[in-house]
Amino acid sequence: MKKILVRKNAYYDSVFLMLATKALKQRPGIKEAVVAMGTEVNLGLLKEIGLLSGEAESAKPNDLLIAIEAETGEAVEEACRIAEEVLKKKSHGGGGQEDFRPVSLDGALKILPEANLVVISVPGRYAAREARQALNKGLHVMLFSDHVSVEEEVELKEMALERGLLMMGPDCGTAILNGKPLCFANVVRRGPIGLVAASGSGLQEVCCCIDRMGGGISQAIGTGGGDLQDQRVRGRMTLMGIEALKQDPETRVIVVLSKPPAEELAATVLSKLEDAGKLCVAHFLGRKPSGKRGSVRFSSNMEEAAAMAVALSRGEEYRPLCFSLSEAEVSGVAEAEAKRMASEQRYVRGLFAGGTLAIEAMALFEEEGFRILSNVRKEPGLALQSPHRSEGHAIVDMGDDVFTLGRPHPMIDPSLREERIATEAADPETALLLLDVVLGYGAHEDPCGALAESVSIAKGQVAGRGGYLSVIASITGTEKDFQNMAEQKKKLESAGCLVMPSNYQAAVLALHVMRKVALKWM
Amino acid sequence: MDVKKINELFSKELVVINMGLDSFADNLRKEEVKVLPMDWKPPAGGDKRLISLLDKL
Repeated sequence: MKKILVRKNAYYDSVFLMLATKALKQRPGIKEAVVAMGTEVNLGLLKEIGLLSGEAESAKPNDLLIAIEAETGEAVEEACRIAEEVLKKKSHGGGGQEDFRPVSLDGALKILPEANLVVISVPGRYAAREARQALNKGLHVMLFSDHVSVEEEVELKEMALERGLLMMGPDCGTAILNGKPLCFANVVRRGPIGLVAASGSGLQEVCCCIDRMGGGISQAIGTGGGDLQDQRVRGRMTLMGIEALKQDPETRVIVVLSKPPAEELAATVLSKLEDAGKLCVAHFLGRKPSGKRGSVRFSSNMEEAAAMAVALSRGEEYRPLCFSLSEAEVSGVAEAEAKRMASEQRYVRGLFAGGTLAIEAMALFEEEGFRILSNVRKEPGLALQSPHRSEGHAIVDMGDDVFTLGRPHPMIDPSLREERIATEAADPETALLLLDVVLGYGAHEDPCGALAESVSIAKGQVAGRGGYLSVIASITGTEKDFQNMAEQKKKLESAGCLVMPSNYQAAVLALHVMRKVALKWM
Repeated sequence: MDVKKINELFSKELVVINMGLDSFADNLRKEEVKVLPMDWKPPAGGDKRLISLLDKL
């Protein structure tokens, strides 16, 4: 039985609709359920699954579609009724406490003329237009939306430069301004360390490490990944961010974090940092540090970038990072983990929600001679044939577009990773699962609870066939995040995960275990 | 490079207009940030030709 409803001019945001779809799909008797806006992509998707007919065929992006396929007519009707109820609740203030919500930026500015920042997370094809309007009205912009063209990014950043405004993004997932976490961000202590970063999860990791080490953040400016990666954008917002931190009296240490930019651009950024007249730390992911250049220190991993910044902010010299376990402890843990594995278990499988965290782990394993396949690698022979199936040693960025088309990001909804944990556990060659968990605003309310259950089941399965599944994880978060860091950690540990204090340390421990596993094969 | 306005922002309370995901506005409120969520909808019903005409006006 099928039913398709169209609600004209009823717009809801994508995250809400994806979560509503998921809830309906889980109901008994439901074969397929889609609650989505009538965009071209969604109409195509509905057609593919045989749920596009009648009025829905001519739906517009402003029209809401509820499409249900169930075993019985009653189940269809019940699902439609629940969907309508959830949507009604949302329209009647489920998402906010204010009476009136303006439909235009002009309208919003009439109500809130003192506004100084616009956070934009609308679908990509409309995002640049909205950002342009905001900049034209003299407002700083955080553009969370992705799928904005490079040409538009350059245009927006040029506009921002001319007007002296922040243009964070597109694809800017995290920022902390004046101590306030924006979009996906953690609650951290305020202090003298200012950051400019292209990446989302990387910036969260460094901020959380700084907080754990007792340091504090003045500002954390996100630029979006394209800023230092695309030659056409030429680091416009990174350079502007550094300049703003240079002139900010609260900031004593400046940290820049990015994937390695092209040589020429890296040199421009480093010169800018040297000219800042403040102590600086640069971390270009996956690139070996080359010591010190003037006032700029280079770190070899994200936790070290945090440790260097904290030391410098206290007027101390940086002393190499201490691992939370002694060498003997690491060796003992690695030995014990590897010893329990069955003879065919030989591969590490990294399942990551944070793209930058995945890259950091990948780089560490590669430095030690492991050949790592991944869905985010383009090099011949290193790209996974299918992102949905691991081969050999593999590290998968599950936040990549291929996984998130029509589904919430794994930081919002852990189910995508739960399914993959089960798939990896079913593979007799899987020896170790390496996981990240990101807490903070934007993220799921109990990510470790959901993952711990899947890990327990996976470990039980592997044990059932005489093996042992090693699971190592790290949690990017602070004690002030609403998910409760201590409880989250406890949940993972009680499922048998080894939880390390940073992504770097989790990857290093995993590396030691895998070295022991490799020895068994020699 | 003129960053005076950015440094002014650093010394003020954030006042935010949120356009898009409601949860971002909800979270800012929990952090006691003054925030106004918009009732955002695709302009001109998402019709690309109409949007481009609107922009020319």
